[in-house]
Amino acid sequence: MATAAIPVPEGTIIVGKPKWRPLEGEGNLAMLLLLPTVALLMMFIAYPFVRGILLAVTNSKVGQMGEFVGFENFARLLKDPIFHAVVYNTFLYTFVTTIFKLILGLWLALLLNRDFKFKAFTRAFILLPFIVPTVLACFAWKWMFDPTFSVLNWMLFKLGIVAAGAGVNWLGDGDMAMLSIMIVNIWRGVPFFAISLMAGLQTISPDLGEAAAIDGAKPWQRFWYITWPLLMPVTMVVMLFSVIQTFSDFQIVYVMTGGGPANATHLFATYAYQLGVGTGLLSQGAAVSLAMFPLLFGIVIFQLMYIRRVETR
Amino acid sequence: MSSVTIRHVHKRYEDFHAVKGVSLEIKDKEFVVLVGPSGCGKTTTLRMVAGLETISEGDIMIGNKIVNQLPPMDRDIAMVFQNYALYPHMTVYDNMAFGLKMRKFDKAEIAKRVNNAADILDIKDHLGRKPRMLSGGQRQRVALGRAIVRNPQVFLFDEPLSNLDAKLRVQMRVEIKKLHQRLATTSIYVTHDQVEAMTLGDRVVVMKDGLIQQVGEPLELYNRPANKYVAGFIGSPAMNFADTMIEEAGGAVYATNPTMKIRVPEQIAARMGPHKGKPATLGIRPEDLRMANGTDPEDLSFEAVVEVAEQLGSEIILDLKAGGSAMVASVEPTVRVKPQQKIRLAINPAGLRFFDATTEAAI
Repeated sequence: MATAAIPVPEGTIIVGKPKWRPLEGEGNLAMLLLLPTVALLMMFIAYPFVRGILLAVTNSKVGQMGEFVGFENFARLLKDPIFHAVVYNTFLYTFVTTIFKLILGLWLALLLNRDFKFKAFTRAFILLPFIVPTVLACFAWKWMFDPTFSVLNWMLFKLGIVAAGAGVNWLGDGDMAMLSIMIVNIWRGVPFFAISLMAGLQTISPDLGEAAAIDGAKPWQRFWYITWPLLMPVTMVVMLFSVIQTFSDFQIVYVMTGGGPANATHLFATYAYQLGVGTGLLSQGAAVSLAMFPLLFGIVIFQLMYIRRVETR
Repeated sequence: MSSVTIRHVHKRYEDFHAVKGVSLEIKDKEFVVLVGPSGCGKTTTLRMVAGLETISEGDIMIGNKIVNQLPPMDRDIAMVFQNYALYPHMTVYDNMAFGLKMRKFDKAEIAKRVNNAADILDIKDHLGRKPRMLSGGQRQRVALGRAIVRNPQVFLFDEPLSNLDAKLRVQMRVEIKKLHQRLATTSIYVTHDQVEAMTLGDRVVVMKDGLIQQVGEPLELYNRPANKYVAGFIGSPAMNFADTMIEEAGGAVYATNPTMKIRVPEQIAARMGPHKGKPATLGIRPEDLRMANGTDPEDLSFEAVVEVAEQLGSEIILDLKAGGSAMVASVEPTVRVKPQQKIRLAINPAGLRFFDATTEAAI
């Protein structure tokens, strides 16, 4: 388009003069506004991440800068039987707890989505395990799982399921310890599932259920053909968050078992901490936590692709 | 196809008595419209027929069966919702087929019925699409399709046109009328729009505060409203009301107030006996008013001041002030008046209605 000068009619007065206003340009302003976010991300995400990678390829220990050793730390991990157990434990822990959290959370969400007395109160109450500081809750659980003073064993004894003094060794046995921390993780995670899924349920118009009821669908058919598919996008997002959280879980294991007995309950995070901080082998700890990255990355990519597919359906 | 009988039905919520004893006989193949303002109990009544609300008291019969305890799926009804209630994750075809699938029809029969319904409703080209890709009018057609494929005994419509724009609403109204003429299925239709009620219903039920005000054919409601509420609700623009005193003078009965002295027509005057000397509400529809010429008798006309004149082409709607009360008149499009102009309006005596000032019942 030609920008021919438009003739200014005789007698028109031009007021004001162009000023230098650098922030009027969209690009400059955008840069300026982005700056704080970028700075924070660099400081708290990018720097630790890069530092972690740099640590993992040295033989650094506490008090010793270390030298570049390439992939030696990772090669060592591949031969480390504890690391093998850690990988197995983490996948098992994540898989089992997520399944149970989903089932129980969905069940609770469906119940909470009904109309009943004290609805608001109950909904708030359900969130308790999620609100209580995890470490405190874990100490309480540890007490409940205590070999001698276990309230759980006391109940089992009173119910006549176990003999006196022959209670379940909740945290002392490898498999039982794994089961115990899974129970605590599920207990803590169910409220998040329940509340999020309930929020999802509330976005589904009740008319759809009524229309389906008139269409002849029985309650379980209404759930299976209407509610479940419509809830899927929310379910997938909740699962995504939960898997990330659970895969990198630290607090529960650290407080309850410390990874024991005999490394039976170590997960990536706890093993990385034990190697890096506990033992002082910073580079090996970094290698363990870095090993989590590609695995988690793969899971997340898969889930994100699935969410996108569900949402564009 | 089937009749529907509603007998002394009540609906009580914890703190609200929504339906207070509604009785209604709907004949086979009849199209009945429940109309009234929001909160009048019309939708609750419909939902009780559908089985989506429990019945606090009374009986609902479909055909010769009392269905109070039957779940919606066993009542052999279909319902069209205000917001369409289409399953968003299913195609148009699957939306329409869902009810048949749930009832275990075989695939060929389902395809036949869905295609047939799609033909009738002119949505054949959209069968593979999702509801969100359709316009409002198309969605409502799909909702209608979902209702007709099952060939139910009764259709229930819950304000199906309220979410459409004005033009589409008129168009879909005609479609629904055509559909009923073609299928002749017993229908109950809920709306707050009196125009929809008048144009669609074989009979119209006017409801207010959980009670039926009047049941009748559209013209019956228009010509012989049972009370002031029905008179004001049916017709657009609404009937004008003026507070008057009923007085007898020189052998004739008059309704008077400071700005008008209107002679009550003979046949109504005959019923005025007990009302003489008492207040009554005079009602006159805008279309029964016209500009007075010199020959109109004093006692069938009154003076008013023009506030606004709305030219609609086919008529002019005059907003007037007659004494203390606001009036609306529908006059010839050729009339020329200015705001604040004083005019004289003549009354068509056949259009005069009177209502008891306290009970509001028609006299």
